[in-house]
Amino acid sequence: MKYLDEYRNETVAQKLVQEIRRLVTQPWVIMEVCGGQTHSIVKYGLDYLLPPEIELVHGPGCPVCVTSLEMIDKAHAIARKPEVIFCSFGDMLRVPGSEVDLLILKSRGTDVRIVYSPIDCLKIAKANPNKKVVFFAIGFETTAPANAMSVWLAKEQGIKNFSILVSHVLVPPSMAAILQSPMNRVQGFLGPGHVCTVMGYREYEPISARYQVPIVITGFEPIDLLEGTLMTVRQLEAGKAEVENQYPRVVNREGNRVAQDLVNKVFEVCDRKWRGVGSIPKSGYKLRYEFRDHDAERLFEVEEIDTQESSLCISGMVLKGIKKPHDCPAFGKECTPDHPLGATMVSAEGACAAYYAYGRHLQAQKKQKEFAIAA
Amino acid sequence: MCLAIPGQVLEIQELEGVKMGRTNFGGIVKRVCLEYTPEVQVGDYVLVHVGFALSKVDEAEAIRTYKILEEMQQLSELEVAEVESSAETKRSSP
Repeated sequence: MKYLDEYRNETVAQKLVQEIRRLVTQPWVIMEVCGGQTHSIVKYGLDYLLPPEIELVHGPGCPVCVTSLEMIDKAHAIARKPEVIFCSFGDMLRVPGSEVDLLILKSRGTDVRIVYSPIDCLKIAKANPNKKVVFFAIGFETTAPANAMSVWLAKEQGIKNFSILVSHVLVPPSMAAILQSPMNRVQGFLGPGHVCTVMGYREYEPISARYQVPIVITGFEPIDLLEGTLMTVRQLEAGKAEVENQYPRVVNREGNRVAQDLVNKVFEVCDRKWRGVGSIPKSGYKLRYEFRDHDAERLFEVEEIDTQESSLCISGMVLKGIKKPHDCPAFGKECTPDHPLGATMVSAEGACAAYYAYGRHLQAQKKQKEFAIAA
Repeated sequence: MCLAIPGQVLEIQELEGVKMGRTNFGGIVKRVCLEYTPEVQVGDYVLVHVGFALSKVDEAEAIRTYKILEEMQQLSELEVAEVESSAETKRSSP
């Protein structure tokens, strides 16, 4: 496919790796922010191609992973109501709440439907006037324009039986939270290319300046990721800390103004709790008051939910780049994609799930065995 | 989650007041919302996420970036050729 295949060229990849090797003189820790980037890196083994001085750590940019357990339980409680048709993106279906996941609820007869786009829900709402259609609106800034449009159109077209359960998260506050932590190891970022397609990258400039870290807005294909790494290493080695754009074929500094305008009309910034990380001020979106009739959290009374996370899980430290998945004693043992204990294993884009999918738990076990024999 | 892929717009239509486009993703054709990319015309490539075009793919930027990468590739081929045999006649460029 055009604009995809050419960014998977092996020779170009090798040349980029050679250039990184030539430039690097000391160890650097670089975080890729987005879960899609993590998935590509592990799928193509890009971290294995890099010189040992470069350590890639995996960021918090997986909205499925960081959606709080309370919010998932709330979604399940709403989905269970007999008058509700509950719609969700496919990747939310297997995420376990305290008791079940949406797929189990569906198998027990709850009306749960997978949609490709939130505007598909409007059709479902029109076709089922006696039901209440609720969409689980999760995601980063990339998904916000789609979710905002669904609510905007529902209001415009008078579709009263459509609402959304909002659990939106924002990237820049989470990066600032990582950099503020006394345990922070991150020295440079591969910025989230598709978030910036919508938002542009102006808001990353003060972060880069304040914390003196290079931020290179980067795409998702292997060549994009290696070029982004090269640009970051070039800055680190030169002692620079700037925002650069590796992904100009879809990203510019201003972003998509039309999309930003509608997002700002529908949503406002709020504090948000991130699974594995905790509450981060001004790190999410909620619906504005004018759209309260489409706000599922207001429309459906759900009792306070008390949740308990696994004590074994270290996903909070994985999301902040302090630990790697194989540093966790439960990784690939008690915790697998079929039975996830925490945030980074619940979605295919979580760092732990990506490591597991590409067999890295087996490598970790092999290493442990070798170590035991040698000892 | 933030997965977005490029597709080519085949046809632009207005459905219930919303600008939509039939878009081809390597042989699979889907209808996507073009409200956020009003400048897009038939034949353009757009980056699509959950049924919404978020940006027109800037062909000039794509070509420019790829030219730099291709130059790197040619450079590396030359380097490989030099290592393999310095006496070998220089390869003609593809």
